Amino acid sequence: MKLAVWTYEGPPHVGAMRVATAMKGLHYVLHAPQGDTYADLLFTMIERRNHRPPVTYTTFQAQDLGADTANLFKRAAQEAYDRFQPQAIIVGASCTAELIQDDPGGMAETMGLPIPVIPLDLPSYQRKENFGADETFFQICRTLAKPCEKTARPTANLIGATALGFRHRDDITEIEALLSDMGIGVNVTAPYGATPRDIARLGAAHFNVLMYPETGESACRWMERDLGLPFTKTVPIGVGATRDFVSEIAGITGRDLVLDESRLRLPWYSSSVDSTYLTGKRVFLFGDGTHVAAAARIARDEMGFEVVGLGCYNREQARPIRALAKDYGVEALVTDDYLEVEQKIEELAPEMILGTQMERHIGKRLGIPCAVISAPVHVQDFPARYSPQMGIEGANVIFDTWVHPLVMGLEEHLLTMFREDFEFHDAAGASHHGGKADLRSLDDTRPGHEPGPLAVAGEALDNVRGATAATIEVLWLPCAEKELKKIPFFVRGKARRNTESFATQRGVQKISIDTLYEAKAHYAR
Amino acid sequence: MTVRTGCADTPLLRERGQREVFCGLTSIIWLHRKMQDAFFLVVGSRTCAHLLQSAAGVMIFAEPRFGTAILEETDLAGLADAQDELDREVAKLLSRRTDIRQLFLVGSCPSEVIKLDLEKAAERLSRQFAPRVRVINFSGSGIETTFTQGEDACLAAIVPTLPETDRRQLLLAGALPDVVQDQMLALLDGLGIGPVTVLPAARADDPVSVGPNTVFALVQPFLGDTLAALERRGARHLPALFPFGEEGTTEWLRAIAEEFGVSEERFERVTEVPRARARKAVAQAAATLRDKSVFFFPDSQLEIPLARFLTRECGMDALEVGAPYVHRRIVGPDMAMMAPGPVFSEGQDVDLQLDRARAARPDLTVCGLGLANPLEAEGLTTKWAIELVFTPVHFYEQAGDLAGLFSRPLRRRAALKVGETA
Repeated sequence: MKLAVWTYEGPPHVGAMRVATAMKGLHYVLHAPQGDTYADLLFTMIERRNHRPPVTYTTFQAQDLGADTANLFKRAAQEAYDRFQPQAIIVGASCTAELIQDDPGGMAETMGLPIPVIPLDLPSYQRKENFGADETFFQICRTLAKPCEKTARPTANLIGATALGFRHRDDITEIEALLSDMGIGVNVTAPYGATPRDIARLGAAHFNVLMYPETGESACRWMERDLGLPFTKTVPIGVGATRDFVSEIAGITGRDLVLDESRLRLPWYSSSVDSTYLTGKRVFLFGDGTHVAAAARIARDEMGFEVVGLGCYNREQARPIRALAKDYGVEALVTDDYLEVEQKIEELAPEMILGTQMERHIGKRLGIPCAVISAPVHVQDFPARYSPQMGIEGANVIFDTWVHPLVMGLEEHLLTMFREDFEFHDAAGASHHGGKADLRSLDDTRPGHEPGPLAVAGEALDNVRGATAATIEVLWLPCAEKELKKIPFFVRGKARRNTESFATQRGVQKISIDTLYEAKAHYAR
Repeated sequence: MTVRTGCADTPLLRERGQREVFCGLTSIIWLHRKMQDAFFLVVGSRTCAHLLQSAAGVMIFAEPRFGTAILEETDLAGLADAQDELDREVAKLLSRRTDIRQLFLVGSCPSEVIKLDLEKAAERLSRQFAPRVRVINFSGSGIETTFTQGEDACLAAIVPTLPETDRRQLLLAGALPDVVQDQMLALLDGLGIGPVTVLPAARADDPVSVGPNTVFALVQPFLGDTLAALERRGARHLPALFPFGEEGTTEWLRAIAEEFGVSEERFERVTEVPRARARKAVAQAAATLRDKSVFFFPDSQLEIPLARFLTRECGMDALEVGAPYVHRRIVGPDMAMMAPGPVFSEGQDVDLQLDRARAARPDLTVCGLGLANPLEAEGLTTKWAIELVFTPVHFYEQAGDLAGLFSRPLRRRAALKVGETA
């Protein structure tokens, strides 16, 4: 047993739902108790879909548990077929049905439905949502995809985009356009928007674009082996990655390809003097392995940030993420426990977090700006506007998204210059965050007077570490405490801790301004 | 109140099939806000944790007071093991959260199916952590409970642990938003009725007791098991309309006032002003609703009392009133007040019910979030039902807001001129 409060991933059958909902003409018969239909609203509300997910639940209840559940399953499967007339059906069990051992696959096969029935074996107590999506799509391909004649002109399949995928909708559009610019057509996009009949002709493409390894890698590996389709290894998120992606396709197709960069603005925006203040901003990255790896490269090489930590929640990507972390000289955090992520962020005290919905909340609590780079995400990250992450426009979108939560450069200088100013004190926050204005009274600036409502955000950050601070028996002299408040709030917690451990190590019991600056010099990077 | 009129004897359309409803675990979302020193530990699977998270939406707290002990492969292998694992997780939790005074072990489908004995676990852990923490168990599993029934299971599990009392008192069962509860207590106080206790209490120390001289009223219609548990303790139930709208609130108060011998004169004096206010507020919000038809999909068991409010006070026409369960003893008074006409359905076969809704083309469809957007896309106007559980809607001051919740989607559809494409 493991206590979980917030989970990054749902159970594997939710992954299967993401594949079924992404496709058309496919139906999912899920052996599940009453209540598991909650997952429908992820699609109808978060992704704002205008149709019910194509899932029929058997909805067994306590009174059915004797012998009736098998019949219930057969009836549900038959009714789903009669009503929806799908081209193929996938069948499986949710976590509870897995325990009652009804074998949905076996039962469905005996029914003799005139369409392909694809059984899914998704171990709910070992694996999670991404595995469920990857495995489901792999099983669908394995059952339905057949070797077939290649298209006359070069085409690719776009593989891995699903329902509830972070920006999948617009990434498809962007990659389709990028390929089209290079004279490459799209054979099938799957699972997103594909029918079982489309899956049958995957083999007609010349190669696969593996858009999202989390949800498409097994299928791509199988197609490489059984259908002779090579697949791309670079995920085109970021300028460098997009360029590499194009070279990779040039290699696969043996064509001379040129990337049209006429609409690409990230490099110039990032070079312009207004961006100088981004240099060395300390960022922490967390999310799914693919997006974190892409974001790390953008952060360091294209935005000029310093990556102070990175990690992922999906165990499947643990190995590449560990290797990547080594490249960046940091330690990888592979965990699905958001409390561990929170602890790591507190420890590192970054100036910015690039993460998921959970990190957004952690950032809010700690007063650290955050931009969302990966699922799980909430409804606001399924935007109405065009906002891909991949390709040329994706790079532009990423520049804006990441810079937006940071205090603007000039504003930051003003904050530093006029740190003691009655309108520009830390707690006033960024000017575009309405409703935070908290003017200090002029009296507070008198020398020796302990500032009143100064630095609320910083205090919150400090209080988080109150527990550790309290165990150290060193005393801050009022003047040093006041000096500490002059340090930008996002590094103040770290400065406090460093100073305290510096003092402890040297047996200094009272921290003065000198101790503070000696510690600063000691820890200087 | 058992006058045989209205829809009191209307037979129910009973259906079985796919149900598009939440399980009882969802109740934790509002129960933990109500019980301030309680922690709800679900013993279940990743699905349970994912459900709570999806239902809790943006309510991410630094230290939320609910969580899931996720069963892993090793727990399924041997049962003795699972009890030890649970003890370890609980000990860890309670050492980290010293503010917790009540711990609820909440059963789920997986824990019920593997027959993990949470009752035994609760007894054992209660002994271990007494007197600081009391540990209670109840089931919120989908195989046994639907949505608000989780609250029923929780309260019914608390009732046997309440101290015994002989005093003549009024007990009110059902979690209400604080603002609503305060209004309710003020009204009863105005009527001179007391002592009054409320279940669930905000904190473990708050005195709630029960005994043979206790009379109780329900403020929520989904409390069938709680009703039975209170009766087993000798308390007596006061049947009444549910306090939705001006009429519902007045009749609910009247049933209690009669029991406590409050004079008609005093009743009028206390209720007159808020009644007028409620009537006025409802009239404003209900202008849009008059003569419109409404169709309820089953969700919370609030459907029948709400249909009574909408038909009698807002002039709507109910086509079908679906409820996950219909306790005639509890919602009978509400049914008796309704003019014959609507179909009352219990349970669900969602595809068949959708067919009926499409054929009837109601002006307003009350349904869950899994159906709302798809039906909107088909051109039906919907009101998502969960909001009716989370929003203050009971008693006089909320009567106008309650009507407003139903009229807003209709006003919105009329206001939008762009059509919908998706």
